[in-house]
Amino acid sequence: MTHAAPAAPAVVAHHTSMGLDSRKMAFWAFIGSECLLFGSLISTYLIYKGKSVVGPYPHEILNIPFTSVSTFDLLMSSLMMVLALAAVQRGDMKWGKIWLFSTALLGMVFIGGQVIEFTEFVHKGLTLQTNLFGCTFFVLTGTHGAHVTVGVLWLLTLWVRALQGKLGPANAMTVEITGLYWHFVDVVWIVIFTVVYLIQ
Amino acid sequence: MSHATASAAPAAPAAGVRSWLTTTDHKRIGLLYFWTAFGFFLIGGIEALVIRTQLAQPNGHLVGAHTYNELFTMHGTTMIFLALMPLGASFFNYIIPLQIGARDVAFPRLNAFSYWVFLLGGLFLNASWIAGPLFHAPHLSVAPDDGWFGYANLTERQFSPGPNIDFWLLGLQILGISSLAAGFNFIVTILNLRAPGMKMMRLPTFTWMTLVTQFLIITAFPVITVALVFLMFDRFFGTHFYVHEAGATPLLWQHLFWLFGHPEVYILILPAMGIVSEVLPTFSRKPLFGYPVVVYSGILIGFMGWSVWSHHMFAVGLGPIADSVFAATTMLIAVPTGVKIFNWIATLWGGDIRGTTALHFAVGFIAMFIIGGLSGVTHASPPTDLQQTDTYYVVAHIHYVLFGGTIMGLFAGMYYWWPKMSGRLLSEPLGKWHFWLQFVGMNLAFFPMHFIGLLGMPRRIYTYAPELGVGDLNLVSTVGAFLIAVSILVFLFNIWRTGRHGPRASNDPWGGATLEWSIPSPPPVYNFSVIPTVTSRLPRWRTERHGPMADPPAVPPAPIHVPGGSWWPMVAALGLPVMALAPLTHTLWVVFVGAALLLFGIYRWAFEPFEI
Repeated sequence: MTHAAPAAPAVVAHHTSMGLDSRKMAFWAFIGSECLLFGSLISTYLIYKGKSVVGPYPHEILNIPFTSVSTFDLLMSSLMMVLALAAVQRGDMKWGKIWLFSTALLGMVFIGGQVIEFTEFVHKGLTLQTNLFGCTFFVLTGTHGAHVTVGVLWLLTLWVRALQGKLGPANAMTVEITGLYWHFVDVVWIVIFTVVYLIQ
Repeated sequence: MSHATASAAPAAPAAGVRSWLTTTDHKRIGLLYFWTAFGFFLIGGIEALVIRTQLAQPNGHLVGAHTYNELFTMHGTTMIFLALMPLGASFFNYIIPLQIGARDVAFPRLNAFSYWVFLLGGLFLNASWIAGPLFHAPHLSVAPDDGWFGYANLTERQFSPGPNIDFWLLGLQILGISSLAAGFNFIVTILNLRAPGMKMMRLPTFTWMTLVTQFLIITAFPVITVALVFLMFDRFFGTHFYVHEAGATPLLWQHLFWLFGHPEVYILILPAMGIVSEVLPTFSRKPLFGYPVVVYSGILIGFMGWSVWSHHMFAVGLGPIADSVFAATTMLIAVPTGVKIFNWIATLWGGDIRGTTALHFAVGFIAMFIIGGLSGVTHASPPTDLQQTDTYYVVAHIHYVLFGGTIMGLFAGMYYWWPKMSGRLLSEPLGKWHFWLQFVGMNLAFFPMHFIGLLGMPRRIYTYAPELGVGDLNLVSTVGAFLIAVSILVFLFNIWRTGRHGPRASNDPWGGATLEWSIPSPPPVYNFSVIPTVTSRLPRWRTERHGPMADPPAVPPAPIHVPGGSWWPMVAALGLPVMALAPLTHTLWVVFVGAALLLFGIYRWAFEPFEI
C-alpha cells in the first residue's frame, strides 16, 4: 500500500491477471473493509440516538452552519485532490505541488474546525463521559478525524517528495491511491454530516 | 536492502537468524506461521488438559474457580485466534502462490508484517499469564477471565477491575490488524498473480476457499474492532457504550461480537474444507466431483455466514420474529454445507483409493464434521436451543466442528503438504497411529459432552456435584483428551524423526493435479524456474481434452530476480504492542513511542528500494 521509489516503475509495469494495479486493488479491498468499520460506528450512533438519559442533547449543541462550512471545505479538498492527480499525470509538477499542498491545507482546516467544535462542546458540558450522545458522537467523528489526519500526513509526505523532485508522472498511481483514500474519507463525512447533523 | 539475483544455478537459500528475521519469502513466512501457531496450539492444548483434569471427577480441586475462568477463556481465545486461524494462514502462505503459479504474494513485506504482528500479539496476550506482579495482583496470572466472547457488561471495569480484560481487548485488536493485512494481501495475490491461463474457474479449490475466507476476514474484523474499541473506551475513558444505567444496552456487544463471530466460524472451517477438497481427489485419482458446485457453495456460505449471527443469542429473548428469521437462515446455511459433503463423498465413490494418512484425516473430517453439523442444526431451533444453551452440549458441538472439522482438515493438509514444505516424507505407520489415537481420543473426549450437557451440566463452571450423575462421563471425556495429547506427541515425533532420517520427497510424491507438485520439494526460492501456462483445471493430469503439462525445467533458463529481505515490517509491527502497553500501564508517553516506532517503520518501508 506504500509506494516504491520513483526510479522503480517496475511495480507498475508488472503483469497482473485482472489488469488492475495490485496496490490499487488492495486499496479497494481496504476501503471495503473500512466501510464495515464506519458502518458499525454509524449504526451504533443510530441505535443509541435519543437514548441519552441526561443532556446536552444533539439539537441543543450541534452548530449546523459552522459544520456546513467545514463540510464545504472538505468537499473542496476533494476537488483539489482531483486537480493534483491530473497535474501529476500530465507531468505538470509545479501545479502538482500546489494542488497537493492545497488538499493537505484544506484537510488541516477541517481538523482545525473539529478541534474548535470539540472544545466548544466540552465548554457547553458535552464530554465523552456525559451521555450516550457524547460517547457515540466523539468516537464516531473522532475516528473520522483520525482518518483525515492520516490523510494529511500522507499528502504532506507526497508534497515533500515532490519538492525534492522525487515525485513525478511515474508515481501517478501513488497519487491516485492517495486520492482514493482521500475521497473515501470525504464520502464518509457526507454520510456522517447527514446522519448526525442534518437528520436530528 | 540487497537485491539477490538467482543465477542459472539455483543459489542455496540464505541461512542464519538474520535471514529469517528479515525474510519476505512466502515459504519461510509460511513455516514461521506454522511453528508459531503450533506452539500456541500446544499451549492451548495444555490449558485444555488442565481443564479436563479438573473436571475428571466431581468436586475437583486442582484449580480454583478464578484460575478455571482464566483457563477456559485463554483456551478458547488461543485456539481460535492463535492456533486455528494462523495454522490456516501457514498454508495460505506456503501453498497459495505455488498453486496459482506465482513467485510470491502480491506484497511480500506486508506479509512479513502480518506474521510479526501475529507473533507479537500472541505473546502480548499470553504474557498475561505471568504479568501479575507488574500490576501488584495477588496472583502470578492476570489472564483474561470472562470467556472467549467476553460478554458485556461482565467485561466492564466495575465487574472486572484488573488488567485481565485489558490484555484481552488490546491483544485481540493487535491480532485483528495482522489478519486484516493478510486478508488484503491474499485477495490481491489470488486475483492478480495467477499464472497465464489460470482462470478463476481453474483455481484449485483450496485457493478458492481461501479467497472466500479472506473476504470474510476483511469484512468481519472491522466489526469486532469497533466492539473492542467501545470496550476500551468504556474501561479507560469512562464512556457508557455497554452501561445500562446510561441508557445503553449490553446487547450491543453481543450483536457486534456475533456479527463478527459467526463469519469467524466460516473463516475457521472454509480453509479446512478447501484442504479436504484437494486431498480427496488426489488419493481417489478422480477430479473433485462437481467442482463448480463446491466453489459456488463456498461463496454462498460466505454470504449466508453474515445472516445467522443472532442464533448465538436465542436465549436473550429477541422476540418471535427475530428468532424465526434467524432459525430459518441457520437451517438454510446447512444446505450449501450439505452439498459439499455429498460432493466429497461422490469424489471418493468409485475412485482408485489410496489409504494414506492424509486421506484418513480427510475422511475423518467428513465424518466428524457431519456430527458437528447435525448438532449445529439442532441449535438452529430456538426451543431446543434454550435447552442446550450454556451447557456442555454446545461445547460438544463446537469441538466436533472445530476439532473434528478444522483440526482434522488441517492435519490432512499437514500430511499432504509437509513433504512439499520440508522435502521429507512423513512416516505413514506413525501417521496412522496419530490418526487413530486422535480419532478415538476426540470421540471419547467430545461425544460424552452431548449427554453431559443434556443431563444438565453447565459450561464454564469449575466443578460439579456428584449428585448430577455425570462423573463417569466426564472421566471418559478426560481420558479422551489425554489420548489426543498422546496423538499430538506422535505427530511431533514423526516430524522430528523423519526430519533426520526420513526419505526425501520427490517433486510429486502423491501424483497431485495442481501446480505445487510440478516443482522441487522444498521449492527453490523463486518457486517456478519458468512461470507455467495453464490450459486445464487439473494441469498435471491427463483429462479428456488435455495432456499433462510439462514440468518447468530444473534450472532457470534466465536469471530470476528475487527480492531481498527487509527489517522494516518487523520494526513497524513492534510499534503496536508498545502502543498497547500505554493503556495497560496508564503511561501516556508510551503511546507516542509506539506510534513513532510504527511510523518510522512504515516510512523506511515505503522508501527503501525493494523491487517485487
